[in-house]
Amino acid sequence: MRIVILGCGRVGARLANRLHAQGHQVAIIDKSPDAFSRLSPEFGGEAILGTGIDGEVLEQAGIEQADVFITVTEDDNINIMASQMAQLIYRVKKVITRIYDPAREKVFRELGLTTVCPTEMTAKLLRDKLVGAAPATTPAARGGR
Amino acid sequence: MYIVVAGGGKVGFYLAKALVNEGHEVLVIEKDKKKSALIGEELGSVVMRGDACEAATLAEAGANRADVVVAVTGDDEDNLVICQMAKRKFNVGRTIARINNPKNETIFKLLGIDATVSSTNLILAQIEQEMPAQALIHRILLRDAGLELVEGIVSRNSPLSGKSLKDVRLPAETKILLMMRERAAIVPIGTTEINAGDSVIALTKSEHEAELRKLLTAD
Repeated sequence: MRIVILGCGRVGARLANRLHAQGHQVAIIDKSPDAFSRLSPEFGGEAILGTGIDGEVLEQAGIEQADVFITVTEDDNINIMASQMAQLIYRVKKVITRIYDPAREKVFRELGLTTVCPTEMTAKLLRDKLVGAAPATTPAARGGR
Repeated sequence: MYIVVAGGGKVGFYLAKALVNEGHEVLVIEKDKKKSALIGEELGSVVMRGDACEAATLAEAGANRADVVVAVTGDDEDNLVICQMAKRKFNVGRTIARINNPKNETIFKLLGIDATVSSTNLILAQIEQEMPAQALIHRILLRDAGLELVEGIVSRNSPLSGKSLKDVRLPAETKILLMMRERAAIVPIGTTEINAGDSVIALTKSEHEAELRKLLTAD
């Protein structure tokens, strides 16, 4: 698959390394050249310098041919805007957006973005560690087969 | 009207000041402590400290009863999110965003922002008006219709020069509305002759603008 990742922070770089190692064609964008030092020496994908809310930068990263676009910059709003550009202008089939702010995450999930909210996930994991995980709702528990 | 202004920089401050003077109910949202304090000193209790990108801040600002939300921070992505949140979560009737990168105009429109203001484009239009050599000047972009009102001067080698309006082939969906010749305005009819040096004001579809430009200003 052709994958474009926006944001070469810890998560972005790790994801890029892993997806490239699995044989995918990966391009990663970041506005800071230093960020690319997080990529492993084995990373053979493309590193594109620039802001992700600029059509020219996205096109340079191959957004027009991309199957997947993932936004993991530190800035929720950059992630949201870039994702909507990928979805509406470049018609990328799968777009995944990281949004830290749970309230914002809810609004844009309802607007049709596929979102990941680390704040919500971390809070839930911590709570589970504290009081024990809530019993999983299996199909059987819901009265299924 | 109740108007929420997101962003208390220079644009936000002077906008709020003008709106207050016009008698509107205004609230400026600014996250910077110093800036918000300054606005408070100058304009009174029309400022709230907070991040307008957050739903809780907008709720506290009473965005649900706002007639207009104007986002004028220095970051396009923030202005976009503020307007989208206002529209989707608080059902604000009209959202206006300041944009810095002129290319974002189309994107904001696609994403449902009612109006955008680009200082870059405004300054560019001003400069273009001052430059007579410019082939075609963007008078106004009637954006919802994809129409443009443009002005250009007929060149000596233009295929239009010396012909009557009825005999020239203009690009599709293009109409010459007005001609200026030696400071006189002419509303052209079929028999009006087009001369080199005439200034032509035409309405055209955005996609035919390049063709029109070639026709008018051929060298």
